[in-house]
Amino acid sequence: MTASHLPDAGSPAVPVRKQVIAIAGNPNAGKTSLFNRLTGASQQVGNYPGVTVEHKEGVVRHGDRRIPVVDLPGTYSLTAYSLEERVARDFIIDEQPALVVDVVDASNLERNLYLAVQLMEMRVPLVIALNMIDVAESRGIRIDTARLSLLLGVPVVATVGSRGRGVDELVDICTAVLDGTVNALPQTVHYGHVVDEEITGLAGVIAENTLLDRRFEPAWLAVKLLEKDPAAAGRVRLMAGVRYGLVDTAAAAAVLRIERHYGEDTATIIAERRYGVAAGAVRQCMSRTVQSRMDLTDRIDNVVCGRILGPVILVGVVAALFFWVFKLSDEWAWLPWFGGWVSPTGLVNWIFAQLSALLAPARHSMPMLHSLFDAALVRGVGGVLGFVPLIFFMFLFIAALEDSGYIARVAFILDRLLRMFGMQGNSILALIVSGGLGAGGCAVPGIMATRTLREEKDRLVTMLVAPFMNCGAKMPVYAVLIAAFFPASRTEMMLLLWAISWFVALAAAWTLRRFVIRGEQTPFVMELPPYHVPVLRGVLLHTWERTWLYIKKAGTVILAVNIVLWAFMYFPRPPERPDGKAPTAAEALAHSMAGRFGRALEPVSELAGFDWRTNIALLGGFAAKEVVVGALGTVYAMDIEKGGDSAPLAARLAAEPDWSPRRAFAMMLFVMLYAPCMTTIAVIARESGSWKWAAFATLYSTTIAFVIALAVYQAGRLVG
Amino acid sequence: MKTAVLTLFDLVSGQSARIVRIRNTGAKGIRQRLLDMGITRGAVVRVERHAPMGDPVEIAILSYRLALRMNEAREIEVEPVEA
Repeated sequence: MTASHLPDAGSPAVPVRKQVIAIAGNPNAGKTSLFNRLTGASQQVGNYPGVTVEHKEGVVRHGDRRIPVVDLPGTYSLTAYSLEERVARDFIIDEQPALVVDVVDASNLERNLYLAVQLMEMRVPLVIALNMIDVAESRGIRIDTARLSLLLGVPVVATVGSRGRGVDELVDICTAVLDGTVNALPQTVHYGHVVDEEITGLAGVIAENTLLDRRFEPAWLAVKLLEKDPAAAGRVRLMAGVRYGLVDTAAAAAVLRIERHYGEDTATIIAERRYGVAAGAVRQCMSRTVQSRMDLTDRIDNVVCGRILGPVILVGVVAALFFWVFKLSDEWAWLPWFGGWVSPTGLVNWIFAQLSALLAPARHSMPMLHSLFDAALVRGVGGVLGFVPLIFFMFLFIAALEDSGYIARVAFILDRLLRMFGMQGNSILALIVSGGLGAGGCAVPGIMATRTLREEKDRLVTMLVAPFMNCGAKMPVYAVLIAAFFPASRTEMMLLLWAISWFVALAAAWTLRRFVIRGEQTPFVMELPPYHVPVLRGVLLHTWERTWLYIKKAGTVILAVNIVLWAFMYFPRPPERPDGKAPTAAEALAHSMAGRFGRALEPVSELAGFDWRTNIALLGGFAAKEVVVGALGTVYAMDIEKGGDSAPLAARLAAEPDWSPRRAFAMMLFVMLYAPCMTTIAVIARESGSWKWAAFATLYSTTIAFVIALAVYQAGRLVG
Repeated sequence: MKTAVLTLFDLVSGQSARIVRIRNTGAKGIRQRLLDMGITRGAVVRVERHAPMGDPVEIAILSYRLALRMNEAREIEVEPVEA
């Protein structure tokens, strides 16, 4: 390697870079924990402009300086073929960060340096964080950081992100680079004479024939054109305008010459050369004192991925997860409270019961305000927040499993099975988070979890069927109806509902893949990271982020929906009765907008067994499923003259003459399958990039739900 | 004239092999992705295990573990090496 690479700082070709540090790196390289260490509590989740990939921003402090840090998506490469990779490289080009920190897994140096080589190609100031150096050392790997730094031309710092080792040093180096006291401009990457010459030639053609944006390095564009990268070609076309033909011809000719010379296609040659650079660096700076393999991971996988034990353990883990989530959040009273003990869910419910009691005196003095606060705020939002402990523990265990490396094995074991239905192993995570384990979960984070799926068609199918899973918000509906009509067989009913949700989801996926989202099945290429003990800090942070998302939803969307719904059910007020008495709550409800709407739908809905009052609740559930039980409660509470909580909803429904087990079952199925809640619909639109799919999801699931509910209800009638 | 070319698909657990080439039959993105993951000519891989349903397959390459489907394994030509 030669080092004739330093551009003079005064030339206009060097753009002014933003004082921002971007963190890049492979997945599983410990990028997130290093980012957490760097930024502490200052981080925020945001979206990249124009696309849906989430990113995190934070601030790193050095003395009294505050430098913004952006966490790029974890990627293995910087091609145009995956969203994450495009986002990462567009950020580096468009946002011009002053420095990129590449987090490299020291125990897996060669593959990680492949990305570093691509960052070097972009000629962005670069610092290598040689992370997880402790793991490498424990495997007998020694790395000469000074030598690696010399070879790449950029500073190299050994770090252990999970324990904070080397972080101060990393920050010192980064600020020195920003101040210009340490050089971090990488060495030029060489691909062998033939390719190098073509790159130089093509870079010249590009520079000559385009109004080159200062942010682009002509040599980088040349490499990308040789790789036949469609996104880079698009950029060149924009900058070249009418002269694009010249560039395109030159690129095609160069590709042809290289391919004729090597007898291989250019993308392969260039990838191999990059690996050649990485391997060369590894040979020169790494030594192994002992030849050790990933012993522990291997021994675990021999059991965990075994032919018979593998699936058995998988079922066991899932069952254990549910056992602990429910025990810890709801069934065990383990929090000390006023000299007694209470479960976390019990605590939340207690708080809202106190609030309701506090409001009670206003029932007669300010009936309207009381009704608003009690129905929309206390019952509506309180009902939703009652699920926070459940969701917290669910995410806690899933985050720990993810961090440990086991979820990747779940995908490995189940890939073949899910593929038969047009999804892939990675889909399982989205389905589990959406509530696929039987109870609890939420389609919103579930659909966001489909980002791990590289293939658009698989991803779309997974997104469209994930809302069928039994999310936490459907649980209260099941709980109330089962308590009222199937009190003797709770477990069996829950199991049945779980099985039905999977059956419908898989059947829908199969059908969608066959008739709507057709196309070849795409590859599943996934790293199986070594197992490690989950980092508590990271797991808690991750859990808290997801839980907070849910709480925010309760405070915003669901509160708003509850207020609107309340207004629909409250206005217009019925006229005075001739005998001077106040109208009953039932009369008031029937007179309200919601009542009229429910009645208008009744001729259709009663085919599936739903009367106008159920329609009101289901309409509310369209906004957020959590609303269904609350709305049913309001609808039936309004029937009782005193309107209090004298009898639980389940008992009241069981006593209603027009409710039957058959109707309850049809209703549970309908709630399970009909339109995803508004938040989910918005997320589907965002994640699929089109409202068309969101509208499709709404219509097709409601149709399926109605047909199944109707079939069950009518069949039940025949049976008697 | 097609002789039986060995592919990753044909290897059993524990067997090692050197990558000869990736066939150019799959979609463009697939080939690039395999290359990006280090499946390049001359690289040595070892088949670790197959998933319980026989597919996907887990291989050791470049001191890490990679899972890929048998469909992709069929695209990767190899020659056996002594472990």
